[in-house]
Amino acid sequence: MLNVGKIEEGFVLDHIKAGRSLDIYEHLQLDKLDCTVAIIKNARSDKMEKKDILKVECDIDMLDLDVLAFIDHNITVNVIKNGEIVEKKELALPKQIKNVIKCHNPRCITSIEQELPHIFYLADAEREIYRCKYCEEKYMSSAKWN
Amino acid sequence: MRHLMSPLDFTTEELDRLFDLANDIENHPAKYAHTCDSRILATCFYEPSTRTRLSFESAMTRLGGRVIGFADATSSSAAKGESVSDTIRVISGYADICAMRHPKEGAPMVAAEKSGIPVINAGDGGHQHPTQTLTDLLTIRSLKGRLGDFTIGLCGDLKFGRTVHSLINALIRYENIRFVFISPEELRVPDYITDMLKEKEIPFQEVIRLENVMPQLDLLYMTRVQKERFFNEEDYVRLKDFYILNADKMSLAKKDMLVLHPLPRVNEISVEVDSDPRAVYFRQAKYGVYVRMALILTLLELVP
Repeated sequence: MLNVGKIEEGFVLDHIKAGRSLDIYEHLQLDKLDCTVAIIKNARSDKMEKKDILKVECDIDMLDLDVLAFIDHNITVNVIKNGEIVEKKELALPKQIKNVIKCHNPRCITSIEQELPHIFYLADAEREIYRCKYCEEKYMSSAKWN
Repeated sequence: MRHLMSPLDFTTEELDRLFDLANDIENHPAKYAHTCDSRILATCFYEPSTRTRLSFESAMTRLGGRVIGFADATSSSAAKGESVSDTIRVISGYADICAMRHPKEGAPMVAAEKSGIPVINAGDGGHQHPTQTLTDLLTIRSLKGRLGDFTIGLCGDLKFGRTVHSLINALIRYENIRFVFISPEELRVPDYITDMLKEKEIPFQEVIRLENVMPQLDLLYMTRVQKERFFNEEDYVRLKDFYILNADKMSLAKKDMLVLHPLPRVNEISVEVDSDPRAVYFRQAKYGVYVRMALILTLLELVP
């Protein structure tokens, strides 16, 4: 059993689907933060059998939780202060996401005007469907792991 | 400042006001002949569409305004690589309102975001063509006297037809509409539309032969069935006549049924139907000018 120490201040992102922690590392742009990050892969879990965990020692305002919610709103976010969990954040699908996913519709204006942001809005929360702001191309949130 | 990107941008109450204005323009054109004096419409057409462009130009001219613009991308700065965002910033200094057609979906919305003047989406790829839908609604409302309480048949290419999808989305906001979709199997209306109709409990039926349903229709919206949409020549030859409206089929229809078509017509409506008073597609084109006049006045906040 591998032991990773406690963090003093920051986040523990728990219940990440096994094998997906690096995707989240990338989307949250943790490589750009000058802080300690622990990536734990395939940890044993009662609920999920196997799970990934990310421990990020940073100021709690430094993470974009909307992006995290879009990637997987089932992730548990524990906010740590003075080595203790002070809050468990519930994630909800964000109403809008910017430059997280790209519109792949070749007929979309974003395909030719490179400087345009790729903005998707939540069109159907129940079915987790996002649509491109410009061309309304559908993006199924569930497709992001495929 | 308002723009028009989708036919659903306006509430049904706002549409009623727009259509009342269009009808008033139709009945009292002189009253509006100078409402846009000294105003300029820019028609920025990145792909050719003579009918839509001329309709906008006619609308602005009839209001006393002037028109500048370009008719295809090769004669515009887009050919030099200028972005839509930059173009509209420049045009905002040249004109008071802009009608934009672009082959890329969402281009008019990009323009609207950066524009200092109202932008009208005059068609963006296969996405939206709101002024066509407003034209269709105004035609129905003016000639039927109502939007609602009717059975409308939509015939032809219901799979790829942008005007058809847009019209369905606009009509479902009104009461008691029944849809009859008439198309070959290959060109059926997409599932997302039939799913939506089921969910909203709006009655519809799908049929292959036009003549079977003619007697029940209050309105028939014809579109072109393009040969290249069929998987094989045999199917095309077998089915194409089902979708050609002629005098025989018209004889099965109600006396007050109306035939609409977004035009251009190729051979899906036989010319013998043109003289039938129920064929209103050329009047529909004229309503396209009135609705654009009303739209320009509304967006420029110049309604007398």
